[in-house]
Amino acid sequence: MTLSPARPPLLVLGVGNPSRGDDALGSLFIERAAETLRSEICAGQVELLTDYQLQIEHALDLVGRERIVFVDASVKAEAPYQYARVQPERDESFSTHAMSPAAVLDTHRTVVGEPPPAWALAIRGSRFELGEGLSPAAAVNLEAALRFFVDEARSFLGAR
Amino acid sequence: MTSPLEKADDTTKLRRIVIEPLSRVEGHGKVTILLDDQGKVHQVRLHIVEFRGFERFIQGRPYWEVPVMVQRLCGICPVSHHLASSKALDLVVGARPVTRTAEKVRRLMHYGQILQSHALHFYHLASPDLLFGFDSDVARRNIVGVLAAFPEVARQGVMLRKFGQEVIRITAGKRIHGTGSVPGGVNKSVTKAESDELLASMKDVLEWARASVRMVVGLHAASRELYDNFGTVRSSVLSLVGKNGELDLYDGTLRARDADGTIIFDGVDPQLYRSQLKENVRSWSYMKFPFIGSLGPDVGWYKVGPLARIQNCDLIDTPLAEAARQEFLASSPGKLVHAPLGFHWARMIEMLHSAEVIERLLHDEDIHGDDLVSTGPRASEGVGIIEAPRGTLIHHYEVDSQDLVTMCNLIVSTTHNNQAMNEVIRRVAMQYLDGKEPTEGLLNHIEVAIRAFDPCLSCATHALGKMPLIVEIVDATGARVDRLVRNGEQL
Repeated sequence: MTLSPARPPLLVLGVGNPSRGDDALGSLFIERAAETLRSEICAGQVELLTDYQLQIEHALDLVGRERIVFVDASVKAEAPYQYARVQPERDESFSTHAMSPAAVLDTHRTVVGEPPPAWALAIRGSRFELGEGLSPAAAVNLEAALRFFVDEARSFLGAR
Repeated sequence: MTSPLEKADDTTKLRRIVIEPLSRVEGHGKVTILLDDQGKVHQVRLHIVEFRGFERFIQGRPYWEVPVMVQRLCGICPVSHHLASSKALDLVVGARPVTRTAEKVRRLMHYGQILQSHALHFYHLASPDLLFGFDSDVARRNIVGVLAAFPEVARQGVMLRKFGQEVIRITAGKRIHGTGSVPGGVNKSVTKAESDELLASMKDVLEWARASVRMVVGLHAASRELYDNFGTVRSSVLSLVGKNGELDLYDGTLRARDADGTIIFDGVDPQLYRSQLKENVRSWSYMKFPFIGSLGPDVGWYKVGPLARIQNCDLIDTPLAEAARQEFLASSPGKLVHAPLGFHWARMIEMLHSAEVIERLLHDEDIHGDDLVSTGPRASEGVGIIEAPRGTLIHHYEVDSQDLVTMCNLIVSTTHNNQAMNEVIRRVAMQYLDGKEPTEGLLNHIEVAIRAFDPCLSCATHALGKMPLIVEIVDATGARVDRLVRNGEQL
């Protein structure tokens, strides 16, 4: 299996279940970013992926990148969002079915080698019930996070 | 027979241990254990603490949305729900049968799902316990510990999972939220370039799958008494089997055997599942308790999943997996294996079978066909049954003349195993906890037993900052006596 084909340097990985209220923030972020960053995606500079939850094989999606950004809903982040560097770490998420960004990076380190630099964009959410839509507060937070991220992504790509 | 440990005679003077949430299982559940002052076990229960209400969520939706929507039930086995709902709705749109291309593309998708799910479970969730021991250092008892101690083994687990996901991506159109299967067929076939891409990895995948079987056989041989006796509880088994009695994870008719292996019923059309299976409820869990109607709720509960399937079928129609199955059967001549740890061996046999089926399908010209959808006389009701990674999965819908779903009944694999999991943890509690002071390692034995079933207790909600893991011990008055945290620290 090929591990490192030519890949866009910036990978954005949005995580969440679209049917669970604000848990949809990660996947909605990816939908919105796909519209806003259309030219960068077409130019092969950005790849957007979404999944319900992070798993071991996502470590292989990181191969060949220059920067990774994990996007997820958070019940702990300050509103509207927090953006922070993530380091590989063996945290307690290894004992659950879903993994943290730090744990995915650590898996990459063990299976492939040192992972690319990575950040987590944690968007504040509050309601996670089945069948709920996005809460009004989360919708506001999503827009703020998107504005921030588009500037950040273009700055990174421009500096390469 | 249901264990007397389901309900203690008098709970007022017992202390209670709560394991919540369970780790390395999908979703949210907890185990409560009631002990007296001497540590004697009086009651053990597995509770499902999250009410999903997914069936209500589906009602009122147009039927054609359902195969996509039901994938949101679960982050681990969305493809199984996608296909089970499609099969049910095939009947509503009169697609009897679907085209050869549709059936084979769906089968390819399904066996990709089985392969990736089994790889995830064995390597990521179960192998830390099996390789290091149930009460080994908790800091090491995880996939990273496996990566460090057995890097090639762990790498193969990651690569197998990745390959299965690639099969799903190609057949479903996307890695998740796939739309590949629709009522009446599929909306895309597999191109030659796509099958060639997958075939390029096939030799490695088959070898890794064979190595996985060898590994679990070796683990079993090294600790025979543990693997045979840990939590062993006799029960009936249930699964689909193919028209020749072969293992078929995509389609077939229902067969059940009793604990001795005698057939209870066979050849039951999935549309008639309610003629054989009944559901019971308990006040202390949101999960139902299905049972075989003719046997009644006390003795009619059963196991589903890999351990049930490879013993319920008459053969596996791929050579490597059938040889592995024969070796498994020879380990318990003439008797069904009821040991929960046998699930791991059976699961790896199925993973090898899935790899063989995937290879066979990738060489089949039908997957490149363009006859994708069929229709026929419309019906108002349909049942779709599939063997999901964790066991038999039933989707049942009624649709009105406005194309809206008016009734949805789902019996997911873990629900079938509900009573069996409860009985197994009661057995483990008696084997390992009774009369002892509970420790994290001892309590992990309970979780090991549950994990053997690979339960999927709920859907995939999660967010950064969630997922704590705490074990609390409280006395009869509710006061906290002790508290353990999974990472070994005391709070």
